[in-house]
Amino acid sequence: MTCKCEDIKDCFVIEARMALPNQYFVGRIGSKWIIAMRDKKKLTGLKCDKCNITYVPPREHCNKCGATIADNWVDVGTTGEIVNFTIVNYNDKHLPKKAPYILGQIKLDGADTPLTHIVADVDPADVHVGMKVKAVFAEGPVNTLMQLDHFEPV
Amino acid sequence: MATKRVAICAVAQHKNEPDLWYKRFQNMLLDVLEDLQGQTGFKYGENGVGIIVSASDDFFDARTISNNGVTDVIGGQYLAEEKMAQEGLNAIGYANAIILSGHKDLVLIMGHCKESQGESRNMITNCGFDPFYGRATGLDYLNAAGLQAQAYMRKSGLTDDQLAEIVVRSRQWAARNPYANAQEVVPAGKVKASPMLCDPIRQLHAYPVSDGAVGLLLASEERAREFTDNPVWITGFANCMDAFFFGDRDLTSNFALKKATANACRRAGIQDLKKAADVAEVMDCYAYQQPMWMEGLGFCGDGEGGRFIAEGGPGKYRVNLSGGTLAGNPMIISGLYRAAEATLQLQGGAGDRQVPDAKCAVAHSTNGPAGQFHSVLILEA
Repeated sequence: MTCKCEDIKDCFVIEARMALPNQYFVGRIGSKWIIAMRDKKKLTGLKCDKCNITYVPPREHCNKCGATIADNWVDVGTTGEIVNFTIVNYNDKHLPKKAPYILGQIKLDGADTPLTHIVADVDPADVHVGMKVKAVFAEGPVNTLMQLDHFEPV
Repeated sequence: MATKRVAICAVAQHKNEPDLWYKRFQNMLLDVLEDLQGQTGFKYGENGVGIIVSASDDFFDARTISNNGVTDVIGGQYLAEEKMAQEGLNAIGYANAIILSGHKDLVLIMGHCKESQGESRNMITNCGFDPFYGRATGLDYLNAAGLQAQAYMRKSGLTDDQLAEIVVRSRQWAARNPYANAQEVVPAGKVKASPMLCDPIRQLHAYPVSDGAVGLLLASEERAREFTDNPVWITGFANCMDAFFFGDRDLTSNFALKKATANACRRAGIQDLKKAADVAEVMDCYAYQQPMWMEGLGFCGDGEGGRFIAEGGPGKYRVNLSGGTLAGNPMIISGLYRAAEATLQLQGGAGDRQVPDAKCAVAHSTNGPAGQFHSVLILEA
């Protein structure tokens, strides 16, 4: 059916917004992960010995075999390699930076699952797959994923 | 007693529009409903429709339990009504199960979404990521697709020229589809000159903001011919969910789509979908997704999406003669539009887009960032 031509006399829309402040428990695993970053400037992951996979971000159970791996913390490097990236060329309220900025998938040394994060201090034209990058931590306590502020070229 | 087969008896589509600010989604649904009733004469209640499956999205509707605003208009008041919160094609999978189980013999499906209501689709899809591990970096479905497109173009050899070709073709077909949103034919040069949104996705590679509504009437085999002379049979349906954490996925493997396709084909008794299907409707929110999903559906080999386009695959296999999602449907009910077009093709009702004597069609949809979740529906005349 095609849209009938509607009479729009005396019609109006209202401007509305949903703002629902809320708390979110990041979990025991997530809390430990952030604390290691915040207090020791260390990046950690959880390893499944059976599948030989180190997960970053960490999680309680192996994504492959389902084994509980919550106690098998390992340190991973604060350096790694860009395995994939895109350049965000649009601006929007949920974005942490003004365009253009680089969103990368970074495989940290010793980790098996790439972490998606911001890559900064590099010209978007120069970023490439295989580029070595290092983590730059926030100075004070942030207590979110942004405790790891961004990655930059080594 | 459980039926053997389930039929789609009729479909009705509201024309997709960029900004129907002067029309409530309730009114859009009412137009769709009246169209369906006009086609089939169905009634509600005893011996009529006793259950309605709606499809919509809370965040796009900016209200929780997004079906609460439409239950009266779709006839759900005083009857059974349930909402499919997953992408709309799964409402067909669910209705199919309701009828196959013998629970009911008639199901009405009603899907709606006005994407124009939101200031930004990307702000909404940012909320599709984990509140702690995902949202802070600004991940949304567009830049997630940008990441996937980067990886897929490296793997498949798909080029910017080919992406433009996909968009040009989509618009050419959309111009023949009275329900499509973006019907304006565009030259390849304009596509290639459109601004880069998220490398390598350009503005015209992305589906336009769309308002739409779709309805379908499904019936058991025993009752289908009360409502239509041209029942279209659901012979296969399956879906598959890949990992939630972005980094756990191989973004170019089509893992979930391959599994969904294999399961749907097994149900339908189909060995080779590319030989069986006369028509394919895939949910291509971004141009690169059309060849990529065709790969996942088995129409070309792994990593051969670039070659698929170069060899005219979309024309050969009659892909997205509706214009596809690239021509504009709301994302959350895009699968219902794909299924509606596939049904019209099998009923011989696709107008200027009609494939002569089409007997089998595949309708596909996806949800979640960069094709995390896929659904596959196989229909036969």
